[in-house]
Amino acid sequence: MSFISAAEADKNTYDVIVVGSGAAGGQTAYTLTMDGARVLMLEAGRHYQPATETPMLQTNAEAPLRGSGTPEKPFGFWDATIDGGWDVPGEPYTSASDDPARKFVWWRARMLGGRTNHWGRISLRNGPYDFKPHTRDGLGFDWPMGYEDLAPYYDKVEMLIGVYGSNEGLENTPNSSPGVLLPPPKPRVSDLMVRKHAAKLRIPVIAGHRAVLTRRLDDKLLPKLLHPGNARAQAILAADMKKRAACFWATPCGRGCSIRANYQSTTVHLPPALDTGNLDIVTDAMVRTVTKRKDGAAEGVIYIDRKTGAEHRVKARVVVLAASALESVRILLNSGVANGNGKVGKYIMDTVGANFGGQVPALESLPPHNEDGADGGHMYVPWWLYKEQLAGALGFARGYHIEFGGGRTMPGMGTGAGLEWLNGGSYGKKFKEDVRRYYGSFVGFAGRGEMIPNDDCYAELDPNVKDRFGIPVLRFHWKWSEHEIGQAAHMQKTAAEIIDAMGGRMSGPPQSGEKAIKQGGIIIHEVGGAMMGNDPAKSVTNSFGQTWEMKNLFITDGATLCSNADKNPTLTIMALAWRSAEHMLGLMKRKEL
Amino acid sequence: MSLDRRTTIKWMFAAAATVPSLQALADAPQPQARAVPAGQAGYGTDPDLVKEWRPGGPWPLTLGAAARLTTTVLCDLIIPADDVSPAASSVGVVDFIDEWISAPYPQQRADREIILPGLLWLDSEAQGRFGQSFAGITDAQRAAIADAICSPAKAASELAAGAKFFARFRDLTAGGFYTTPVGMKDIGYVGNVPLERFDGPPPELLRKLGLA
Repeated sequence: MSFISAAEADKNTYDVIVVGSGAAGGQTAYTLTMDGARVLMLEAGRHYQPATETPMLQTNAEAPLRGSGTPEKPFGFWDATIDGGWDVPGEPYTSASDDPARKFVWWRARMLGGRTNHWGRISLRNGPYDFKPHTRDGLGFDWPMGYEDLAPYYDKVEMLIGVYGSNEGLENTPNSSPGVLLPPPKPRVSDLMVRKHAAKLRIPVIAGHRAVLTRRLDDKLLPKLLHPGNARAQAILAADMKKRAACFWATPCGRGCSIRANYQSTTVHLPPALDTGNLDIVTDAMVRTVTKRKDGAAEGVIYIDRKTGAEHRVKARVVVLAASALESVRILLNSGVANGNGKVGKYIMDTVGANFGGQVPALESLPPHNEDGADGGHMYVPWWLYKEQLAGALGFARGYHIEFGGGRTMPGMGTGAGLEWLNGGSYGKKFKEDVRRYYGSFVGFAGRGEMIPNDDCYAELDPNVKDRFGIPVLRFHWKWSEHEIGQAAHMQKTAAEIIDAMGGRMSGPPQSGEKAIKQGGIIIHEVGGAMMGNDPAKSVTNSFGQTWEMKNLFITDGATLCSNADKNPTLTIMALAWRSAEHMLGLMKRKEL
Repeated sequence: MSLDRRTTIKWMFAAAATVPSLQALADAPQPQARAVPAGQAGYGTDPDLVKEWRPGGPWPLTLGAAARLTTTVLCDLIIPADDVSPAASSVGVVDFIDEWISAPYPQQRADREIILPGLLWLDSEAQGRFGQSFAGITDAQRAAIADAICSPAKAASELAAGAKFFARFRDLTAGGFYTTPVGMKDIGYVGNVPLERFDGPPPELLRKLGLA
């Protein structure tokens, strides 16, 4: 079994259809196929092969426009994303409001592995508070599970994909089990500078957690821990882990990684799943609807072959939507299933984002040294004001973390640009001296915070607009609450204080929350829309992502999240998908599905 | 974007109402730049990321000979050769700027609206003050013009558009130059090489900075 055509898939029978091949689809298919289930994966985008398609070590001068982002490649020319962005030609979405503050923008990637090929690899666990936010402060919704339910799956995912980090035992910032994390990379100069001066402000700076192999995975120990009693799965995983190299400390992770040193579904989940012989994948398969059996259960799905426009129907015992939160919502709405209580599409969330930067004289004119490291953050600031916040001292209810970075990164179009605020504006030999002096002396801070689900943020079907396949599109409603606006202002203030403590200069005054907050969808952490819960009247699925209305229809992507903690959601999505797939396996073995 | 002579002249009048020799420029026989073809495609949403890309590959370059000459002279005024590295034009920055202002994307089209009129303005300023095109005047004369516009905050109000043009051109020149191997070497970027281990910053540097 392997990559097959739609016509071949039509002839086969499967236990499970998985819609989507990213973090959720990849993890779901991995867990299912390693335990013997026969899976058909449908991916809306094209096949993608990181081993031969990844631009490793190319410089920006080798790219058109020096690698700058364009509407066709929003994160830059070398970014791994294919046929993706906030605008996908022929696949529109609409907004209920023309007010920019009330618009939501929707990122999609149309490729095998989805956005896991380019993501930032930041892999943070939700903490105990994050599963019971309503209990803690009376806002939002509690999850139908606690941290202890998901902790074993966080361990499993971290062991499988490889995550660097450290265990600090900080409040609501959980430790991984001993031996699970890989060692974090050595801090850069700017990391240590921020840590030293943030300490004066009682702001913690600790090792980042990212899905990058700072050393090879232990292919003897980990397969046994991950697949106890399953010798075949152990052998397959061990063989695959041997093929993953450790990071060679060059090439930005957003390009993907041909040596498989970071996590992307296409290099970590799909190869061993394919090696089981239990996984078939059809690419360019745009799923339109879930079909229903006479007894009310899910029968399968209808999808459009993007290359021919032909419609195909496939059937299975179980259907899993893992198409990304809002694409799964769209499929549910277009199918008219699992939505008897009208909750599908409600409570969509993104991450609150605000950026702030400055320049630090102490970092000027440093001797050349290689600071590429693991590309992304080696350190970060976890949320630290839990007690003050709970006491109502901050004016906003939930926390944020700060991702920051500086140093001697690979030059791009920003290098030497916009120096007027520092040097007044120069040219000639003086300008060359100025660029040497200031290169590597900038530090940027990105606050990333929790948004509380609210009644004003939801998706519905647009009654008029269809995409190029004739499928009705989503229409978004969006509004930040005072909690998010207040948080964005606090992010600016904090970053300004850290820059000031370092003796640095701010690139501008801190902005108001309204001005600083990024538009909904810009941080690309959209979740919710098919929330899990304990009450079938108030939620779409149970804690396993199993829809209340169709016992053989599951959602394993971010749509089921009841809150969107400041912790980037990908690791949580994978942990939930693993747990959900185990539940499916149990139900199938007991013939309950 | 098709930037016709009428638009250019309008921009120049707005920028500097007293510039002489506008008529001479308007009557110039050679187009400053060919228009970006209507409907010019970009590199698409799925470009080949492992093939070799060169300016002129994904879309045609459009700068005319005279404008390329002005671009060359201005690039090298901003980034001349010194003891550390060569001048900008010697490492392909002119081709890069041509690629940039010829690209079919919104940011680049907006920059074209700044760069092409700015290059014409530079020649007219040189003509007005020194009786020659910008490429034809002396280094000292060019410096006199650059000194008046290199600082957006200090430039005279009637030179504001010239200062805005100069700042944008300087950013493009810097990005074009410092991304090349000699530019990266100039500022001491020593990464992008596979390593066995990542050891972090040199210990002596951390000690010096009080971060050890």
